[in-house]
Amino acid sequence: MSERRNGEVLLSVDKISLAFGGVRALEGVSFDVLEGEIRAIIGPNGAGKSSMLNVINGFYHPQEGSITFKGKTRKQMRPHFVASSGVARTFQNIALFKGMSTLDNIMTGRNTKMKRGILWQALHYGPARNEEIENRGHVEKVIDFLEIQSIRKTPVGRLPYGMQKRVELGRALAAEPELLLLDEPMAGMNVEEKEDMCRFVLDVNEEFGTTIALIEHDMGVVMDISDRVVVLDYGKKIADGTPDEVRANQDVVDAYLGVAHD
Amino acid sequence: MSGEALFFLEVVISGLMAGVMYALVALGFVLIFKASGVLNFAQGVLALFAALALYDFIAPGGWVDDLFGFTFPIWAGIILTVGVMIIVAWLIERLVLQHLVQQEPIILFMSTIGLAYILEGVGDMLFGSDVKPLDIGIPQGASDWLLDNYGLYVEKLEVFAALTAAILVIVLAVFFQKTRIGRALRAVADDHQAALSVGVSLRTIWVIVWSVAGMVALVAGIMWGSKSGIQFSLSLIALKALPVLILGGFTSVPGAIIGGLIIGVGEKVAEVYLGPYVGGAIENWFAYVLALVFLFFRPQGLFGERIIERV
Repeated sequence: MSERRNGEVLLSVDKISLAFGGVRALEGVSFDVLEGEIRAIIGPNGAGKSSMLNVINGFYHPQEGSITFKGKTRKQMRPHFVASSGVARTFQNIALFKGMSTLDNIMTGRNTKMKRGILWQALHYGPARNEEIENRGHVEKVIDFLEIQSIRKTPVGRLPYGMQKRVELGRALAAEPELLLLDEPMAGMNVEEKEDMCRFVLDVNEEFGTTIALIEHDMGVVMDISDRVVVLDYGKKIADGTPDEVRANQDVVDAYLGVAHD
Repeated sequence: MSGEALFFLEVVISGLMAGVMYALVALGFVLIFKASGVLNFAQGVLALFAALALYDFIAPGGWVDDLFGFTFPIWAGIILTVGVMIIVAWLIERLVLQHLVQQEPIILFMSTIGLAYILEGVGDMLFGSDVKPLDIGIPQGASDWLLDNYGLYVEKLEVFAALTAAILVIVLAVFFQKTRIGRALRAVADDHQAALSVGVSLRTIWVIVWSVAGMVALVAGIMWGSKSGIQFSLSLIALKALPVLILGGFTSVPGAIIGGLIIGVGEKVAEVYLGPYVGGAIENWFAYVLALVFLFFRPQGLFGERIIERV
């Protein structure tokens, strides 16, 4: 796996601090994500992992620090701009469009790739129609890749949990992101579903070369699939390195085993 | 055809036509509800506002005539009014909705009640509150052909309104189901955060949807205005749209039409045939009773999206 770690820096997070009122969610966190790697963010509950993801994708605006993505530095950005610059994500508590079919849900992932104006679309004719067909083709590939052909017309609200997680991954993949953010992609899954999801994550990374940053609680999974791991605890970074380095780090062991903080 | 049957047919047809009018208003509700989960109480006032604006662009004695001494041709007046409605939509997004992202639907609903009053006040201030006749050249009077050949009395205006509504529904249905922006609209209605994460700009979508609702309001305003003059009671028709929505389902464009037709026909038939036994005025409450019955047995309406809730 080491050869994949030679990529350029795709995303770098610099001294990010985020507070909600008096509660400090993140304090001066810095790390980077290299092109083509799988980067895990781990830490105990409430360590600020999801907040970090929300900062990267523009939901939260940090009070301090900056983010550099593809060489462009920003202090804050609106989420839909982040999406069109090539970042897609999934959510810890699945956020799908429940009334819509699997197909339509994944089609929304193509949103940033479709450019035809509202007038053409209102007419549903000419360029807008061709664009629709073209993008539909891409979505079908995603559906094949994730092996969810059988549920394409089903409203996602009716699907079992594991399937919903998969559809949500599909929607993110449809955007052909350069950086894919996964917030606990395996949470609440059984062993079989976890294995499937692991396989998809690895395949996405290898076949499409997509860079992935993920949050995950299952240590076995994290150590298996990630190239590098950053560990947060109480909003601060306490370790950063390969899975083996992190595993050997005393601070990390303490954080997980609950040694008293002084 | 016997006189009795002919009369029944006339009652049904006039009910259908009234239904089309209700449906036009209900359509505006459905659009905004689909895209933002908000029941827009101001839809009726929006129709009134659009009709008033149109009147002042084209009619002698309107604003433009008073100020500049000329009036716009009808087609230009309609285009200008569409422009006005887009500006209104933009202002609503800027001044109201933008500040209420991620709020409960009930809060957004309350804000539209406020909006209704503001629009009504502004409309009154700008355009005055007297009843204004709107004439944009839609054929008036009875259809001679039907009257001569079949002895059937049907208003031309109502036929025109029905055709317009049909075209509007087809265009909107395709727009919602088959296009990117249509999907984005539905996505926003479903989950704001998720929609943002796939690159949908909430603000753009809201301006688009309120603009489209404004245009539908314009069509409704033109039809009602041509039929009975532009008057402030127009905003009350919005209330009749509520039972229509309960019947048709809040999220269905075809549902708004069919719901409108059922209510229109139902209340006319009930008025004519049941009215004499209960002292008349059934027309005023029939729609609401029907809606109540529907709420008992099919709360999502005839065509609404099934309510799926996981425990």
